[in-house]
Amino acid sequence: MDTKTPLIEMKNMSISFGGVRAVDDVSVDLHPGEVVGLLGHNGAGKSTLIKMLSGAYQGTGDIYVNGEKVEIHNPRDARKYNIETIYQTLALADNLDAAANLFLGRELLTPAGTLDDDAMEAETRKIMGRLNPNFQKFSSPVSALSGGQRQSVAIARAVYFNARILIMDEPTAALGPQETQMVAELIQQLKADGIGIFLIDHDVHAVLQLCDRASVMKNGKLVGTVNIPDVTDDDLLSMIILGKNPGEAAA
Amino acid sequence: MQNSAKNFFSKLGIDARLLGMVGALVVLWIVFDLITGGRFLTPRNLFNLSVQTASVAVMATGMVFVIVTRNIDLSVGSMLGFIGMVVAAIQVQVLPDVLGLGHPLIWIIGVLLAISMGALLGAFQGWVIGYLTVPAFIVTLGGFLVYRGAMWWVTKGQTQAPLDATFRLLGGGAEGTLGETLSWVFGVIAAVAAVGIMLMSRRRKSSHGFTVKPVWAEGILMGLAGGLIICFVWVMNSYPIAKGAMKRIAAADGIELTEGMVWYHGVAIPVVILLAVTVCMTIVAQRTRFGRYVYATGGNPEAAELSGINTRLLTVKIFALMGALTGIASIIASARLNAVDVGLGTLDELRVIAAAVIGGTALSGGFGTIYGAVIGALIMQSLQSGMASVGVDAPLQSIVVGIVLVFAVWVDIVYRRRAGL
Repeated sequence: MDTKTPLIEMKNMSISFGGVRAVDDVSVDLHPGEVVGLLGHNGAGKSTLIKMLSGAYQGTGDIYVNGEKVEIHNPRDARKYNIETIYQTLALADNLDAAANLFLGRELLTPAGTLDDDAMEAETRKIMGRLNPNFQKFSSPVSALSGGQRQSVAIARAVYFNARILIMDEPTAALGPQETQMVAELIQQLKADGIGIFLIDHDVHAVLQLCDRASVMKNGKLVGTVNIPDVTDDDLLSMIILGKNPGEAAA
Repeated sequence: MQNSAKNFFSKLGIDARLLGMVGALVVLWIVFDLITGGRFLTPRNLFNLSVQTASVAVMATGMVFVIVTRNIDLSVGSMLGFIGMVVAAIQVQVLPDVLGLGHPLIWIIGVLLAISMGALLGAFQGWVIGYLTVPAFIVTLGGFLVYRGAMWWVTKGQTQAPLDATFRLLGGGAEGTLGETLSWVFGVIAAVAAVGIMLMSRRRKSSHGFTVKPVWAEGILMGLAGGLIICFVWVMNSYPIAKGAMKRIAAADGIELTEGMVWYHGVAIPVVILLAVTVCMTIVAQRTRFGRYVYATGGNPEAAELSGINTRLLTVKIFALMGALTGIASIIASARLNAVDVGLGTLDELRVIAAAVIGGTALSGGFGTIYGAVIGALIMQSLQSGMASVGVDAPLQSIVVGIVLVFAVWVDIVYRRRAGL
C-alpha cells in the first residue's frame, strides 16, 4: 500500500484558536479503498483537523491530493477535489426538503438558468431508493424527518457527487442499531469502489470493526497511527487515554 | 365535517396560513363595509386601497428575504425619504434647467436614479453587515438616522414640488392608470399566464412521474386565479374618473368631451408595478439559486456555509435588493403625493416589517413567502384605511394596529408549533 501515492496526505497541520493550539503539527494520510479512523476524546482536535481538509477552517500545513499540493480555502475548494464531508451536525437546512439539501450549492438548473426542482427531486428519489428504500418524505422539510432519515439525506449528499475522499464525522452517533448497520454496509460498499474514508469516532469498537488503520489524537497532537489488525481495543484505549503509542512501548 | 374540509383544502394544496390570511382580510373588509354602511367595498375605496398598499408592499417583498436570513432592516423608511428627496430635487431644480421642463428623459433619469441609489445604499449596508459583521439591527438603525438627516440636508428641509408630469403617473391617480381597455388586456394576459403556468407545472411534474393534484382541485385553483384577476380588473374598471380630472385629461389629449361621457380608472400603474415586483420576487425566491440560498442560509447559516455558499456576499446582495425595492417604493410614494417633504416615509420601516411578519415571515429565520408579505401589507392598509373611514381617532388606530401585529405573530407561533415546523 505504501508504494502507491496516497489519496490524501496532510502534513504538519496546525491551527490555533485564541492562543489554544487545537491541532498541533499533525500528519495523516489516506489511501484509495482505505478507511482510516480518527480517534480521541472530545476536544482532542479530530474534528478540527478534518475541518481543515473540508475547507471549513484554514490552518497551516500542507495538503496533498494524489501527490499534488493543493490549497483548500473554503468548502467549495474541497468539493472541487471530490472531498465530501458528512458533518456530525449533518449540516442540513431544516426548512428545506431532502432534494434542496442534497443539491445545496450544486443545484441542477434548467436551460433557462432557473432551479430544476423536478429533476433534483427525481435524482433524489433515485439515490434514496438505493440508500434507504423506505424513505418517502420527499416534499417535507427535513425538520420533519427522523434522525436516521436525516442521516441518510446527509450521506446521500456526500455520495451522490462522486466523492473520492469521504469524511464522516461520527456518522452513527445519532442512529439506532439497524441504521448503524446500514452505515457499516455502506462504508464497505464505498471502500470496494475505491473511495478513501476518514472516519471520526470516539467509539473504539466501531473503529476496530470498520477501519483499516487508526490515527489517535490527544490534546491536539497525534499520538500515533496503527494498523488495526495489529492492535487490541486495550491498545487503542491506552493511546486515547494515556497518549501512549504501543509501537514505541514495544520498541 | 371539519375533517372533510381539511381534506378538501389539503387536496387543493392551499396551506392553512394562506387561508387564514385571506380569511382575515375578507372578514376585515366585510366588517368595515357593514360599519360604514357599504362605503368600504366600493370600486373607489378598493382603488385607493390598492394604490396606498403598493409602496409598503413593494418593500415588504424585499423585507421577506432580509428577515428570512435572520436580519432586519430598520432603515427603509428613512431611505425611502432620502431617495425621494434627492430624486425630487433633481427633477424640480436641476433637470428642467438642463433638459427643459417636461422633457421625456426626466422621469427615466428619476426612476433609474432612485433604483440605483437604493441598490448602492443597500449594498453598502449589506457589506457592513456581512463583511464587517456589525449586526443588521445596529447598521440599519444607524441608516435610519443617517438617511433622515441626509434628507434634510439635500434641500435644507424645503419641500420639493411639483414633480415631473410623466413621473407622477407612477404614483396612480386619475391619469396614472392603464385605462379601461389596457386594463382588460392586462387582466386577460395575466389570467391566461396564471392558468398556463399551472398547466405547465402540472405537465412537468407528471412527466417525472410525481403524483399531481386531482384534476378537479387543479381546475378550482385555475378558476380561482383567473377569476380573481378578472374580478379585480372589473372592479378597477368600475371606478369612474371625476369630472374635473376628465376635463384635465381631455384637454391634455385634445379630446372633445361630450355630455354623458364617462371614463373609468382601470388598474393603477403603481399596482401594476407591485404585481410585476411580486411575480419577479416570487420567481427569485422559488426558482433561482439566489432564492434557494436565502432560505438555506436562514434555515441553517452554518450548513449554508459548509455547502460552499458565500453567505457574506449573499447578505450584500439581499440588502442591495432591499435597497432597490425601497427605491421603487420611493418612486411610487413621491409620485403619488406629487411632492416630497421631510416627513416622507416616516414609520414606513415598521409598516414594512409588520406586513412581512403578519404575512408569515418568521423572525427566527428560514420561513416567509412573497405573496404572504403582500397580503400582510394589504391587511395592514385595510385596517388603517378602514378605521379612518369609520372615524377612529389616529391614536386609537395605532393602538389597534399594534395589538393586531402582536396577535397575528402569536397566532403564527401557535400554528407553527401545531404544524411541527
